[in-house]
Amino acid sequence: MSFLSYLINGLSLGSVYAIIALGYTMVYGIAKMLNFAHGDVIMVGGYAALTMMLATGTNPLIAVVVAIVVCTVLGVVIERIAYRPLREAASPLAVLITAIGVSYFLQNIVLLIFGSSPKNFQSVVLLPDLKLAGGALIITGEAIVTIISCIVIMIVLTAFINKTKAGQAMLAVSEDKGAARLMGINVDRTIALTFAIGSGLAALAGVLLCSAYPSLSPYTGSMPGIKAFVAAVFGGIGSIPGAMVGGILLGIIEILGKAYISSQLADAIVFAVLIVVLLVKPTGLFGKKIQEKV
Amino acid sequence: MAMLEVRDLEVYYGMIQAIKGVSFEVNEGEVISLIGANGAGKTTILHTITGLLAPKKGSILFEGKDITKVPAHRIVGLGMAHVPEGRRVFAQMSVYQNLKLGAYTRTDKDEIEDTLSRVYKRFPRLEERRNQMAGTLSGGEQQMLAMGRALMSHPRIILMDEPSMGLSPILVNEIFEIIRSVSAGGTTVLLVEQNAKKALSIADRAYVLETGRIVTSGDAKELLNDDSIKKAYLGE
Repeated sequence: MSFLSYLINGLSLGSVYAIIALGYTMVYGIAKMLNFAHGDVIMVGGYAALTMMLATGTNPLIAVVVAIVVCTVLGVVIERIAYRPLREAASPLAVLITAIGVSYFLQNIVLLIFGSSPKNFQSVVLLPDLKLAGGALIITGEAIVTIISCIVIMIVLTAFINKTKAGQAMLAVSEDKGAARLMGINVDRTIALTFAIGSGLAALAGVLLCSAYPSLSPYTGSMPGIKAFVAAVFGGIGSIPGAMVGGILLGIIEILGKAYISSQLADAIVFAVLIVVLLVKPTGLFGKKIQEKV
Repeated sequence: MAMLEVRDLEVYYGMIQAIKGVSFEVNEGEVISLIGANGAGKTTILHTITGLLAPKKGSILFEGKDITKVPAHRIVGLGMAHVPEGRRVFAQMSVYQNLKLGAYTRTDKDEIEDTLSRVYKRFPRLEERRNQMAGTLSGGEQQMLAMGRALMSHPRIILMDEPSMGLSPILVNEIFEIIRSVSAGGTTVLLVEQNAKKALSIADRAYVLETGRIVTSGDAKELLNDDSIKKAYLGE
């Protein structure tokens, strides 16, 4: 029974990684950049939701919506101010370093406003825990909501990309920006939309993460951010199904590693798995081989 | 009034001047060819017309409207489509999705379906392969897809960059036959080609480009029989 319970915990944590990894992978696929500030957007989402709940005593659902709106706007603003001016920069390192700078900037702004001591996060999930097998297996409400959110996001996002004009424009921009322009696609706006979606998802991930592990500090986003980046690479960066599968596998490996091997070594195990996957399949699980047609 | 007018165009790549004051015009219904060797600046001119590159000097007028500073993504909506060099189809999307992207700026749903069926009629192979990824098509099929995609925007003028590049002689003939029929359908064509003989055989007029300058221009049939052109570009 304990194995099942670990598995569900892993699935839940993995779902959070998957939601964060989606943002990483979409931005990489479309803007061809690694947005290392993505993890800190999660943390901002957590603070936005917590502030709403503490200051105004609003319904947690409204707090979640506010967090999503705040982060969506934040993502678009970051892209506009920090990344867009560097899009034609001679070296791709310029935007990478800027992303690291934005990451520190967000952490320090939050540190300035809220202080460094961790805040006790109040769960936004109102669902009661599910007790199965006469109480031997308990599935938390947070786990249920997180896993369901992940599934719903996956379905909606896939439909959005394959069925809507904006989604098709994203695919076109990810393949060839110049040809996309010739089709009449506004590349800048498409990239901004990608940041908006990725950051909105990051806010949701942040709220779900803090509900399951209720401690929030200015550095809360960095480790899940890195793990989600690993998940995206693991699944094949640029691939949406890859981010989902990579995230979920990573969460399960981490929790099972903690339970059966060593809780200190859990992170090391996660990265070791990444190294093995990349040695065997350098493009990740779902990564496509880049073909150059002449 | 010319449909497309390029005046004193100068384009630079960094410090290097690629286009050194080029002027030409395309009248409605014509097939105009820009011919010249590799590196003469043909592709640069097309990229500048559709806004992928910005000129340093000069102006571009389309149907009397100055489009010199219009961003690339607004051009197609004005009625000008560009079939880029190397086809540049979206390899990981299906043939159908590629064609639908060609109509990205259009909102008239029923008429888009109508255009789609006409494109399928013109290129039956695209219909057969509509669910196939574009990257798995042969070179000739990709060229047809790139042309079909451009036609999906229902353009009044179509800019084609080296449509015959890398194709077998039979396919080259097929592609030029298609260009002829696109023109016969009422679409004005600006054709950039290294295959000067073929280009001149279907063009009304032509401009000969050499290292960023127009050196000769005139009636395509006359150029085809011009001794110096024959020597330099037709390999005779």
